[in-house]
Amino acid sequence: MRADLEIIDEWIQPNIRVLDLACGPGELLYHLINHKQISGYGLEIGPEDLNTCIQKGIPVLEQNIDEGLQNFEDQSFDLVLMTHALQQFRRPDLLIDEMLRIGKECIITFPNFGHWRSRLHLALKGRMPVSEFMPYNWYDTPNIHFFTFQDFERLCHEKDIKVLRWAAVDGHLKDHWWIRSMPNLFSETAIFHISRKA
Amino acid sequence: MPDAIPVDSVGLVTPQIAHFDKPLTLTCGQTLASYQLIYETYGTLNQDASNAILICHALSGDHHAAGYHDMADKKPGWWDSAIGPGKAIDTNRYFVIALNNLGGCCGSTGPTSINPETDQVWGADFPIVTVEDWVESQARLADLLGIHTFAAIVGGSLGGMQALEWSIRFPERLKSAVIVASAPKLSTQNIAFNEVARQSIRRDPDFFDGRYLDNESVPTNGLGLARMLGHITYLSDDAMGEKFGRQMRHEQYQYNYGIEFEVESYLRYQGEAFTKRFDANTYMLMTKALDYFDPAAQTNGDLAAVLSRAQCEFLLVSFTTDWRFSPERSEEIVNALIKAGKAVSYAKIEATEGHDAFLFPIPRYMQAVNSFLTRIADQVTLPARQGESEHAR
Repeated sequence: MRADLEIIDEWIQPNIRVLDLACGPGELLYHLINHKQISGYGLEIGPEDLNTCIQKGIPVLEQNIDEGLQNFEDQSFDLVLMTHALQQFRRPDLLIDEMLRIGKECIITFPNFGHWRSRLHLALKGRMPVSEFMPYNWYDTPNIHFFTFQDFERLCHEKDIKVLRWAAVDGHLKDHWWIRSMPNLFSETAIFHISRKA
Repeated sequence: MPDAIPVDSVGLVTPQIAHFDKPLTLTCGQTLASYQLIYETYGTLNQDASNAILICHALSGDHHAAGYHDMADKKPGWWDSAIGPGKAIDTNRYFVIALNNLGGCCGSTGPTSINPETDQVWGADFPIVTVEDWVESQARLADLLGIHTFAAIVGGSLGGMQALEWSIRFPERLKSAVIVASAPKLSTQNIAFNEVARQSIRRDPDFFDGRYLDNESVPTNGLGLARMLGHITYLSDDAMGEKFGRQMRHEQYQYNYGIEFEVESYLRYQGEAFTKRFDANTYMLMTKALDYFDPAAQTNGDLAAVLSRAQCEFLLVSFTTDWRFSPERSEEIVNALIKAGKAVSYAKIEATEGHDAFLFPIPRYMQAVNSFLTRIADQVTLPARQGESEHAR
């Protein structure tokens, strides 16, 4: 399993109800269903990923997240997940509100645009960074919002969202002490576990 | 019919008839003292009878879902594109049962059968049957065939309603339900269309209040008109536009009421062809069964509450241009299943064919059904039996 998913896995309790937004081929859900006896659903619109989920027996729903999540009731899931997708939606701020309406807690991972290599790329080349992790050109990228570790923290603060814990990992999705000390500069992927303040 | 039977066909099949002498009390209160169901099977039932799939047909379907009855047949069964060796519903792994529902006109007891009490054709006196009655009679057929638990119950449109009813009524008797282009109940507009269809039949002078067979007549105009109306609702605006556009019969307008546009000719043909194979009383019955279906009524309209009884896994499929049973209708079922915490997957398939799409072998649709059923087959621990040709020949 992908290293960032392993970190998330450690944070997840068994036997809970999970909604995985933009679940892709369902790697994490498959693991959680089979090893932690969670019940859950993935949301996905990619035909191949959908079919992979159906093949593996992962409950998956073809639903476009940008068109809303009104069909899910308030606090109807213990956990709402979104890995590496928040930057692809029209209004991440409203989406986070929705996730926290549906789920008691949320785990969100995203690429940190504040990573030193992105900064250097833009500063020295004067062009939008293209990296192994974000291999797209500015015109064809599905990532329509770029934000940093700090940006996300700030949004949580503004929205009065409680950060239960966070992790920051490098391009190989590994955790190191220097990343932890300066996550905004050294992390390529940020992982946040959040909830509404009680 | 091609010269040789295609390798992915179930081949030549012979319908069978099951007689039931145990009276069946219907939802409407009447009782059928005895009745028969006509059915076909494809593939082989395994030793522990765990590999059976039941196919539930829609409004005008029947028991002949796959294969050919005769080498001279022009067309195979109505869902041949989905049922066969290596197809989405794979007869190499599954034993597939397709029947004609009670009230039908293709060999099961219905309005064209003889009422044993009067020795006359039932006609309009045949009691109105419901989806619940069908499911009850299907369960009795399963008992007769020695099948306690179906690996899957599969249906499109009205057939999907039967699969849904199965999951509520006999939750322990199916592992999975595949519900395609269906709805948890009809919308007001759906009922309205059905009423126009029924009225067009009833107002045909040849209908004789449903006793047309006694009068040696057939309400072809009314039934044909009902089918024309139905046909429009099965197709999408786009599909009709693509197929016919404003193509004309003649080079110039004729300024009369003859056939001016090709679509008129097509609808007339469809209407007429239908009257040759279908019974008007059965058509009326089927539309009533659709109207009455509303499983959530027993839980004060709470679909999630009634579906909380279900134990099977669900696959729901809808089609983007279907306006008869739009994707939103399938999503009502999906959302209720989520609320009830049931295992459900849902695919919304891009298709131009409208409601009719459920009968077409659209690749992503067939792939979803196949992926789902393959895993269910693995789950009921069936060895893959590639290349065997034990299926009904």
